[in-house]
Amino acid sequence: MDTRDATPPSRGVPDAATIDLTAIRARLANGTGRQYWRSLDELAETDDFKRFLEAEFPREASVFDTVGRRQFLKLMGASLALAGLNGCTKQPTEKVVPYVKQPELVVPGQPLFFATAAPLGGFGTGVLAESHMGRPTKIEGNPDHPASLGATDALLQASVLQLYDPDRAQVVRNIREIRPWNAFLDTAAAVMEKHRPTQGARVRFLTETVTSPTLRNQIESLLKQIPKARWHQYSPVGRDQVRAGAILAFGEPVDAVYHLDKADVIVSLDADVLGAGAGSLRYARDFAGRRRVLDEHGAMNRLYVVESSPSVTGSAADHRLPIRAVDAEAGARQLAAALGLDVGIPSEPSLPAEWVKAVAEDLQQHRGAGLVVAGDFQPPEVHALAHAINEALGNVGQTVAYVEPVAASVDQAQSLRELVADMEAGQVDVLVMLGGNPVYDAPADLRFAAALQKVGLRIRLGLYDDETSEVCHWHIPEAHYLESWGDLRAYDGTVTIVQPLIAPLYGGKTAHELLAAFTDKPERTAYEIVREYWKGRAGAVDFDLWWRKALHDGFVPDSAAPGKAVSVQSLAFAKKAPAAPKAGTLEVVFRPDPTVYDGRFANVGWLQELPKPITTLTWDNVAMLSPATAERLELSNEDVVEVRFDGRTVRAPVWIVPGHARDSVTVHLGYGRTRVGRIGNGAGFNAYALRTTGAPWAGLGAQLRKTGERYWLASTQNHFSLEGRDLVRSTTLDELTHHPHAAHEGGGHGGQDLSFYPAHEYKGYAWGMAIDLGSCIGCNACTIACQAENNIAVVGKDQVWRGREMHWIRVDRYYEGDLDTPLIHAQPLPCMQCENAPCEVVCPVNATNHSTEGLNQMVYNRCVGTKYCSNNCPYKVRRFNFYRYSNWDVEALKLVANPDVTVRSRGVMEKCTYCVQRINAARIQAEKEDREIRDGDVVTACQQVCPTEAIVFGNVNDPESRVAKLRANPRTYALLGAELNTRPRTTYLAGVRNPNPALAQKEGKA
Amino acid sequence: MPQIFHPSTNTVARVTILGALVLLAGAGWAITAISRSGYVTGAKVARRQPVPFSHKHHAGQLGIDCRYCHTAVERVATAGIPPTKTCINCHSQIWVDSPTLEPVRSSFKTDRSIEWIKVHDLPDFVYFNHSIHVNKGVGCATCHGRVDQMNLVWQEASLQMEWCLNCHRNPEQYVRPRDQVFNMEYEPPADQVALGQRLVHEYRIADKGQLSDCYTCHR
Repeated sequence: MDTRDATPPSRGVPDAATIDLTAIRARLANGTGRQYWRSLDELAETDDFKRFLEAEFPREASVFDTVGRRQFLKLMGASLALAGLNGCTKQPTEKVVPYVKQPELVVPGQPLFFATAAPLGGFGTGVLAESHMGRPTKIEGNPDHPASLGATDALLQASVLQLYDPDRAQVVRNIREIRPWNAFLDTAAAVMEKHRPTQGARVRFLTETVTSPTLRNQIESLLKQIPKARWHQYSPVGRDQVRAGAILAFGEPVDAVYHLDKADVIVSLDADVLGAGAGSLRYARDFAGRRRVLDEHGAMNRLYVVESSPSVTGSAADHRLPIRAVDAEAGARQLAAALGLDVGIPSEPSLPAEWVKAVAEDLQQHRGAGLVVAGDFQPPEVHALAHAINEALGNVGQTVAYVEPVAASVDQAQSLRELVADMEAGQVDVLVMLGGNPVYDAPADLRFAAALQKVGLRIRLGLYDDETSEVCHWHIPEAHYLESWGDLRAYDGTVTIVQPLIAPLYGGKTAHELLAAFTDKPERTAYEIVREYWKGRAGAVDFDLWWRKALHDGFVPDSAAPGKAVSVQSLAFAKKAPAAPKAGTLEVVFRPDPTVYDGRFANVGWLQELPKPITTLTWDNVAMLSPATAERLELSNEDVVEVRFDGRTVRAPVWIVPGHARDSVTVHLGYGRTRVGRIGNGAGFNAYALRTTGAPWAGLGAQLRKTGERYWLASTQNHFSLEGRDLVRSTTLDELTHHPHAAHEGGGHGGQDLSFYPAHEYKGYAWGMAIDLGSCIGCNACTIACQAENNIAVVGKDQVWRGREMHWIRVDRYYEGDLDTPLIHAQPLPCMQCENAPCEVVCPVNATNHSTEGLNQMVYNRCVGTKYCSNNCPYKVRRFNFYRYSNWDVEALKLVANPDVTVRSRGVMEKCTYCVQRINAARIQAEKEDREIRDGDVVTACQQVCPTEAIVFGNVNDPESRVAKLRANPRTYALLGAELNTRPRTTYLAGVRNPNPALAQKEGKA
Repeated sequence: MPQIFHPSTNTVARVTILGALVLLAGAGWAITAISRSGYVTGAKVARRQPVPFSHKHHAGQLGIDCRYCHTAVERVATAGIPPTKTCINCHSQIWVDSPTLEPVRSSFKTDRSIEWIKVHDLPDFVYFNHSIHVNKGVGCATCHGRVDQMNLVWQEASLQMEWCLNCHRNPEQYVRPRDQVFNMEYEPPADQVALGQRLVHEYRIADKGQLSDCYTCHR
C-alpha cells in the first residue's frame, strides 16, 4: 500500500478547521491551578479531537474505504457462511532439520548474547546482541560499557531490523551491471598500478567520521604508499562546531566528557545532552540518578535549557526558555558576563535579565558542581564561552573533563569543500567513498553531485544502492555492523572490538576489506585486519586471551581517551560586542531527525512509524513553528509552505509546536530520500536542499510563503486520548518536601475498592510495574524496544492516521502552562494490567482474562475480534489487527522475529503482556533451581532499554522488591485509579521538578 | 370441517422431531469423535521418516538413554533432535555399509541435514518447555508413550489442549520421582495420588491455578 498519497484517504471527517490560537490563549490564561493539555486540538476542542476522545478508532475504523454498505453485507454474508470451514484445516506436516555437526554452545531454543558495538555518527555504543540459532533478533545495552550502562536508544533498537532490510544492496555492481567481487579487486589493483607512479596525486578517499583505530591505521598506511592521495571526511551530522569551539578556547582540539552525576546545576545552551549524541545514554543515566527523589529529604539537580525547538532535554528541564538558535551566542555572552567574565555584552540581549541573574547565582553557589553545556550544533563561540564559564567556575575536572579527540580530528566542512574544489578542477581521477551518502546529504552550495561527474572512477561502499551509488561506477554492498569485524570508540574513547553475529546476508563487505583491496594483500578478511592491528598494540603476554576477553567483555580495558590539561587561552574573540542578529527576521534551523537521523534509517519501518518525541509525528518531517509565528504568518497545521533560504526553496508542511522559539522554523534532515527502498522513498521532504556550508545548523533570513496547498500528516498526539482528570501529575521538590502527598491533592489517592466480584487472591507472585515520571525524559526508546521484543507490526502512514498504530507502549506527551513556554511532560503508557479490568468482563469468548499472578492475559488463539475489550478499556492500550500487518512473505523479515512471541495475524486483539515470555523464562529457570524468582530476574523490554531507569518491574507481593517499595512511595498514583476503581498494576510516580525559587515565583503559572 | 391432516401425521411429526434430535446429537458426537480422532490430531499414526530409525531397537533393545540423543531435554524448551554426528558416532563403526543408513552417511559427507518428519507438532501459539516438565517429575513415557517399543515413532497422545490441561489441573495423578523420569518401564504405584501429592509438594510444582493460566503456555 502506498501510504504517501498526496491526499488522505477519504477522511470521513471534515478538514480540521484552522485552530483559533487567540481563543486558546484566553482559555489558558483563565485557568486555575495546574493545567495539563495534550495538543492544540484538545484546547480548541476540534471535532477531530473529540472523535478521538470518544471513540477508540474514530476514523471510520470499521468501514472499508472502497466498499459500500451493500457490498460489505454481501461480503460478510459469504464470509460468515465460509467461516466455519476455517476450522477444518489440518495442520500441515512440518519438518525438523537438525545440524549435521552441532556447533558448541548453540542449543536450539536457547538464545546467546554477544558483546559488540553499534555505530552512530562514527561513535560506538556497547551492546549485547541476542542471537537465536545464529540470527540476531534483539539489541540490548552492554551494562559494562561506559556509553551504555545497559541502556540503548530507539536507533540502536531498530538497527537489527536494518540488518534484514530486504532493500539493502545485495550485489556488487559496475556501471549498473552485476559483477563478482573479484572483478572489483582487479579494478582496485589496476588503480594502484596506474597511480603509484604519481604517488596517488589524483586519488581521493572520502569517509564519514572515523573513530575506528584499525580503519584509521589502514587509511594512514595506504597513504604512505600513495602519499599524494588525500583522505577527506564528511558526516552530515558532524561535530565541526564542537571541534572549532575547542580550538577557539584552548588552541587545540579536545573532546569534553561530562559527568552529570556530579552536577547540581546544569545549563544547556541548545544542547540535547540527554536525547542525542554519542554519550547521551550515559548522560541521561547520570542525570536521572541525581533526580530520583524518594522521600522528603531528597535532593535534586537543576536543569536550565535554552533552545529553539523543544528537545528531549528541554522537556526534562526545570526551566526552559525558547530562543532562536542564532540568539544562543548572545545568551551565552549574557551568562558569561553575569559570572564576571570579560566579554562583550550584546546590544540586544536574548535572555531576560532576571533569568540570567538567577542562573548565574545558581551556578556561583554551586562552583565545581555546575555545568554549562553548549549544543553540538551551536557555533564555536558558544562552545568557547561554555568552556570559559566552566573553567571560571572550577567545574573542569569535576563535572567536565577534557580528553584527546576520540575521532580523527578534521574540519569536515573544509575537507569536503577541498574535495569538491579538486573534483571541479578535474584533479581527481579516482574517488573511493566509504559509507556516507554525499550526493544526498552534502551541503547544497557545494554542488557535490555535479562535481562528482568530473571524477573518472567513482567507487562507493554503501548499505543501500542509493542516491550516491546511482552515479558511481562501482557500488559495493556494505556489511551491516552485525555482520562485520571492526572496532569503534565510544564518546569517551573506550574501544570495543565489533564482532559479527551473522555472516553477511547480502554479500556485504566492510570498509576494512574494501581498503585492503588497494593493498598487496587484497583478499585479507576484516577479521585478519582487525586482529592483526590489535596484536601489535594489545601489549598482552597472551594475545589470544586478551582478544577473547575483549570480545567477551565488549570493550578494551583502559582504552578511554587520555585526559588532557587545557586552559582557555583568551576570550579575545568575545571582547567586542557582537553584531546583534536582526530581530524579527526568521531563522531556519536544521537538526538531525530523532528517528531517521541523517537519513540513514529512512528505510527502517520501526523508526518511520515511531512517533517522534515532542511532535508525535510519524512518516514525515515538517517545518516546525511556534504558535506565535504561525499566528503572525496565518499558518496552521498541515498547510504547505515554501521555505526559502539563501535563494533555495523547499516545500514543507507546517506543524505548530508549543514551546518552539518565535521567528524560527526548524526542519529535520533525513527525509525526502529518493533511492533508499520501499519504506523510505518519498517520505517527507529533503531539507538538505536548503542547507549550505555557511549555515550548517541555523541561518537567518528564511522566508515562508503559504502555498494554499495542504498535506496530511499522521501525528499520534490525539490518538488514544483520555478524558481529563489528572492523568499526568507533577510536583516540585519544594512542594514535596513540605507535603509529601502533594501529588494526590485534587486527584484523590485511590478510591475505595468496591466490587461485586470477590477480590483476587495472590499467594505467589503478583507482578507490577512502577513508572517514575520524574525520571522519564520521553525519548521513546521503550516503544521500539517493545516492538522489537514482541514482534509488533508496522502499519504504514495511512493506518497510523486512522489511529491504528500497534505500539504496545506509547509515550503520551502533555504540556503544562501557556502556548509559548509550556513545561513538557512525557508519560509512557503500557497496559495497566488492572486488578478490576474492564476489558476482561466484556469478552464474549474469555480471550482476555485474569491470571493467578495478576496479569490480564490476552490469548490470541481464542480471540475472535469483537473489539469489545478495547471499547471498554479506559486507557486505550489495546491494539487490533485490522489487516494482516505482519509481513509473512519476505523471508528476510521472518528472521528478525522473536521466536518466543507469537506473530499475530489479522482479526485479533493484542496488547502489552508485561513481557510474559521473560517472566516465564525466569520462572522456569528459578523452578529448575528450586527457588523463588528473585527481584531483578524479570526485566521487561521497556525497562531494560530505559536510559533513565524510569521503569521498574517486579513482584509486588515481595515487600523488599524495588517495585513494591516504589509503590509505597507517597509520589505513587494510579492512573484514573480513583475515578474508575480499576486498580491498575502499573502505577506512576508523579514527576518532580526543581524550579529555582528565584524564578519560580515570577513564572508562577507560566 | 374435514380434517386436513390424517391421524398418522401425529406419529410422523413425533418421529421427525425425535429423529431430528437424534440426528443432531449424532452429528455432534460425530464431529467430536472426528476432531479427537487420530485423523485430525495425528495421534497413533506412525510417520514415515527419511531413515527408518527404530526407537524400539535403540532405546529398547540396546538400552540407550533418551538423553544420549535428546541432549537438551533437561536444559531448554526443545528436547533436541540429534545432529547427524550423533548417529555417526556409532555408525562409523557398526553397520557402516547398510543401505538403510545411506541418507545418514550422505548427510555427514555433504554437510546437508537430514530432514526428519515432525511427529509431535504443537501449534505455533503454544510454547511448550521440555526442561521444566522433566525437572518436575514428568516422565518421558507419560506424554510420549512407550517409545522404546515403537519401531517408527508415533504420537501417543492427542496433544489437544484438554489433554494438556488434564495434567496441569491434576499433576498429582501423573508425576513420578525425578530419578524415574527417563525410566521407560516405570509403572505408577497403586497409591499414585498419595505419592503424587507428596511429590507435588516436594518439587514445588505450581498450584493448579497458575498451571492452567493461559499465559503458562500461550503468549
